[in-house]
Amino acid sequence: MTPFPDRAQVVVIGAGIVGNSVVHHLTRLGWRDILLLDKGPLPDPGGSTGHASNFVFPVDHSREITLLTGDSMRQYSELGTLTTCGGIEVARTPERVQELHRRMSSARAWGIDAELVTPAEVARDVPFLDPDVVLAGFRTPSVAVVDPLRAGELMRHRATEAGALTVAALTEVLAVETEDGRVRRVRTDRGDVETEFVVVACGVWSPRIARLAGATIPLTPAVHQMIDVGPIAELAATGREIAYPIIRDMDPLMYERQSGADLEIGSYAHRPILCDPDEIPSAATAALSPTQLPFTPDDFDPQMEAALELFGSILDRPDAGIRHAINGLLSLTPDGHPLLGETPEVRGLWSAAAVWIKEGPGVGRLVAEWMTAGAPEIDPHAADIARFAPHERTRAHVRARAAEGFNKTYGITHPREQWTSDRGARRSPFYERERALGAEFFEVAGWERPQWYGANAPLVAELGVEDRPHEWDARWWSPIINAEHLAMRRGVAMIDLSAFTQFDVSGPGALAYVQHLTVAQMDRPVGRVIYTPVLGPDGGFRSDLTVVRLGESHFRVVTGGADGARDLAWFRRHLPGDGSVALADLTSAVCTLGLWGPRARDVLAAVTDDDVSDAAFRFGTARTLVIGSTPVLALRLSYVGELGWELHAPTESGLRLWDTLAEAGAPHGLVPAGIGVYGTTARIEKGYRLMGHELDAEHGPVEAGLALPGLKAQDFVGKAAYTKAREGEPEATLCTIRLDGARDASGMRRYPQGGEPLLTADGARILDRRGRPSYVTSAGAAPSLGTHLLLAYLPPWHAVEGAGLVVEYLGERYPVTVARVGRTPLFDPDDARMRG
Amino acid sequence: MDVLVCIKRVPAVGAEILLTADGAAIDTRHLGFTIGPHEECAVEEAVRIAERTGGSAGVLTVGAPETEEQLRYAMSMGADHAVRVDVGADHAAEGDPEATAAAITGALPDLPPYDLVLFGAASADAGHAQVGVRVACALRRPLVGGVKGIEVGDGHVSLRREVGDGVEVHEAPLPAVATVLEGLNLPRYPTIKGRLRAKKAPIRVLPAAPAAGGLRTRRLRHRPEARAETVVLGRGAEAASAVVDVLAEMGMVR
Repeated sequence: MTPFPDRAQVVVIGAGIVGNSVVHHLTRLGWRDILLLDKGPLPDPGGSTGHASNFVFPVDHSREITLLTGDSMRQYSELGTLTTCGGIEVARTPERVQELHRRMSSARAWGIDAELVTPAEVARDVPFLDPDVVLAGFRTPSVAVVDPLRAGELMRHRATEAGALTVAALTEVLAVETEDGRVRRVRTDRGDVETEFVVVACGVWSPRIARLAGATIPLTPAVHQMIDVGPIAELAATGREIAYPIIRDMDPLMYERQSGADLEIGSYAHRPILCDPDEIPSAATAALSPTQLPFTPDDFDPQMEAALELFGSILDRPDAGIRHAINGLLSLTPDGHPLLGETPEVRGLWSAAAVWIKEGPGVGRLVAEWMTAGAPEIDPHAADIARFAPHERTRAHVRARAAEGFNKTYGITHPREQWTSDRGARRSPFYERERALGAEFFEVAGWERPQWYGANAPLVAELGVEDRPHEWDARWWSPIINAEHLAMRRGVAMIDLSAFTQFDVSGPGALAYVQHLTVAQMDRPVGRVIYTPVLGPDGGFRSDLTVVRLGESHFRVVTGGADGARDLAWFRRHLPGDGSVALADLTSAVCTLGLWGPRARDVLAAVTDDDVSDAAFRFGTARTLVIGSTPVLALRLSYVGELGWELHAPTESGLRLWDTLAEAGAPHGLVPAGIGVYGTTARIEKGYRLMGHELDAEHGPVEAGLALPGLKAQDFVGKAAYTKAREGEPEATLCTIRLDGARDASGMRRYPQGGEPLLTADGARILDRRGRPSYVTSAGAAPSLGTHLLLAYLPPWHAVEGAGLVVEYLGERYPVTVARVGRTPLFDPDDARMRG
Repeated sequence: MDVLVCIKRVPAVGAEILLTADGAAIDTRHLGFTIGPHEECAVEEAVRIAERTGGSAGVLTVGAPETEEQLRYAMSMGADHAVRVDVGADHAAEGDPEATAAAITGALPDLPPYDLVLFGAASADAGHAQVGVRVACALRRPLVGGVKGIEVGDGHVSLRREVGDGVEVHEAPLPAVATVLEGLNLPRYPTIKGRLRAKKAPIRVLPAAPAAGGLRTRRLRHRPEARAETVVLGRGAEAASAVVDVLAEMGMVR
């Protein structure tokens, strides 16, 4: 047996599909002295990899997940561990038929062959299925089953053959020791290993291992029930592990797949059954395996009835017995996305957790690339473990959201759908006023933000705003948003922006530090407000944010709530080790009100003695004002394209600020406006880009239209790639696209929501030269323009103003027109209003 | 012919058994429950006899409401009715074969008469092998233990047991009692239909307050000897001679 090493370049904990893939790809990328540990035996250490259903449906609404799945399928296939069998998602209800149309749009957007089929066609593929139960099917020929245990073995073998890997099974991690916030050593029951990198790929046990190092991996083990029923003669007769397409019976939230002579039935419909990582039995004490818990039949009974409805012809036989039944453990996270990347708490401690079989190999590659080059090929934005606010990492929150999310696994989730559990974690000081005004609260990072205000309902009729006739288009939406928008453009609105993440950096090294992390020139006069992209090493977007120079060596960074935790982690990670820069998170100390509209100056002038004229307070500058007796940091800028200010005040003075402005604004027609205006309608009219939508790691500032006129002399992260991009022609350009008066086949007005594929007039997919598809990154009403706008990247041959394209939305196609190429807004293209 | 099978809820354990902190019991917090393999065979046999003879197959257990999970399991295998003898929450019938046997004996007069009462040869957890014997004695009916074959005749039953290299066949008049061994048959798996039927089937509950017997479990402990360890004999072809040595030692090769 290979001697246990006392030093390793990296220790990977967990020999499931993820850990094996990580070591394989680290090896490929040149890492050596890799140590792979598992507490369990090989080849099946007893984690979720060993009992998974092992099927892969390639289509997901999320581009990131679809890319990871596609990469994983390529890897499984290359290892000879993938069997293509096809798969069909079947609908029993009209709502699900609509969802299948949406799946179809996603399939087209991401370029995966799929089609909608009739019940008779489903029954032709799967003859023992009762077609009378279903209304339609979504058939994906490339659906496959994989063998993740064998794939893992082969990956280990390759890494071992390359001389890069030592594998230590039956080895328990006792401690992960850190020094100065960095991983230093892993202690095991076979000895200690000095190392600077640890990858936690322990699936359901990951929180335990991370805790040893003082970090959190916010997931919870949860039960997914599965049974095997057989023998079934028709299945046995095929002589194969799988010969029929896998059926996902979406409405009862379950699936059926052939497994040799048996039909395996799995469910995401039962009550959420959560477990604690510390309570998972050991391999020795478990009856089957640590992650195959005793089956609780009462929870599964409704699924048996649903299965009988669809597959009665083969399941209702006296010799077809329930031969295997487990409560299998899998990992659930608060938002359903994986937990990847370096933990924000401990340098060198990486998470590769909460990953399904279908993404395992792709995640291994992504994490290995990220560890090696600082940026993976597939954008990890939605999976970045640094994304969570502190309360989102707590056990209570994780369990609440995991419980709520479990039944959404096969659910129909609206793109704007809000969580209902563990709400109200963070409230601005304006919250009670907002509630009194009938605010409809949406959540970001735990913050409760008004999306619109019920009190503004009378504006809908007054301003002649149209409702949306289709329930799906109107879900989690209100015409009040458009009314608030028009009221702001007409007069003035105030918007609660307290969810901003804000932090100050100061000290002798502060200027050099912010220069290093930003594209824009930061060495500007004190008082300047600087909008800047923040790039990764590969030149793709990590963030876009605002920096205010408050002093020679003092900067305030203001960024969005949704990306605040990620940005904070990124900035903290780059702090120089010499103590020359201090970073202070002010998010909870500062509340923010936006005051915008043609009458904003009138309102502000009424509450302050300071001179707020254009001459005294120029656009793009910041000053301290006194409002009443409250000192406020005022930033003259706008994300809504209007004259006005962001007013930043101490949290405890927020309520008084709100009341002062509300009172002074009343004579000027001040309305409270929600994030529906700020984040969608006003933004999209102005063509402003949003991180996580238009801005992602796949695109840089040049393609996003956010390249700055000059290139600063100072070095910064991503500069080489940015410089190169500036010198060439963009492969794609972000465009604003009009959808004028779209009506569906029944004559109803329709409003795409984002994520839809853009096609040529004759229905062909649009790809740029790098193979990136064109799809709607944001969609929203443009009330002041009287239309509906879409944003999308287009390759140069389609990025032509006036060109006609097509958007596919829920099974129908609508003509659209490229209205603007690049960043110039459709509304007020000269920015006269906000500079006025 | 009407057959009754007495079954016991037991934990489904892994290779290593955790005990409670005081050592008084098996720690079942993370365990599922089942019936022992002997009892599965008994249920299967009862279902087959009932099917063959147009009779009934009943199952009975002594215990708290959670033991109904095992009764329903047996019904999902085809048993057509079930009885739970409820000895109350704090009764110490658990681990007390005398009390368990008394509870069963006491309940039988309230049930329709059975031609054959089957037990597993021993429970899968305690393994005292007492309850079936005690019930037969109390009923003053013939008993054959360790049965691996049952043939039903007219007014009698043939019971086959394996003894050493030979086979004994006993014939007993009905009603009779037998304890059976795994291998009697190959028990079927429950079907989906069976499970759904069992879920809705009524379970008859009979209260009982049997006197405590004389057996007391003081505490449980693991065997003191070290657990089996895996010894790697070698890798690839070089392991061959070591494997041959081990096989020779075990008498598998000469």
